[in-house]
Amino acid sequence: MALALLFLGRLEDVAGGSERAVPFAPTLDALLAALEPDLAEALRGPRIRLAHNGGLVADPAGLALADGDELAFLPPVSGG
Amino acid sequence: MASDVRLLAGPFDPGAQLSAFTRSQPYAGGVVSFLGQVRSGGGVEALELRHFEPLTLPGMKDLAAQALARWSLDGLLALHRIGLLHPGDPIVLVATAARHRRDAFAAAEFVMDHLKSESWFWKRERAGGAWRWIEPRAVDFADLARWEKSAVD
Repeated sequence: MALALLFLGRLEDVAGGSERAVPFAPTLDALLAALEPDLAEALRGPRIRLAHNGGLVADPAGLALADGDELAFLPPVSGG
Repeated sequence: MASDVRLLAGPFDPGAQLSAFTRSQPYAGGVVSFLGQVRSGGGVEALELRHFEPLTLPGMKDLAAQALARWSLDGLLALHRIGLLHPGDPIVLVATAARHRRDAFAAAEFVMDHLKSESWFWKRERAGGAWRWIEPRAVDFADLARWEKSAVD
């Protein structure tokens, strides 16, 4: 039982890598609570968007996770 | 009327791409193009462009579709690099072909303004051996806001 996390942009530096496998958690809150506090705080930032299995999430608080899901944390883009 | 939208993981030749695009548009009266390249200066040694595969290319294709719906175009080309680049390397090439130049100019600018501010790219640059992520610039959002006013064309 696991989740795959992806960290884009500067979040990669906070997380210490661009991806990470973590034990399964049923909600975003439960997932963040199990991470290092500074990383969890960065991921909770108001301008961080979330993609669940490749699709943008409109309501992160209502997200129900399943085993094997991928969550990508997307900070503001830098511009092309 | 067609669009050609691609992410490129390696170097490309903007002149050859533009020539091929122009040849494919015999009914257009004009072709407008914009080429963006990695700036020299500021001690920048390299630039890295990251993307998120499920969103980046689909978002660029949606942007092309918006431009085609808004202006009368014969064709649209949008190429964007990802990966490691160096000063002088081409990053982005946008070209629009239309019967009349005003549509081509406006659509090319619309696509560039949206690519710069809304597309799913993250950039970092290396200077003095240290990498630094590039934050969004306020001017890019101001450029984007222009297109929300009703009739720009």
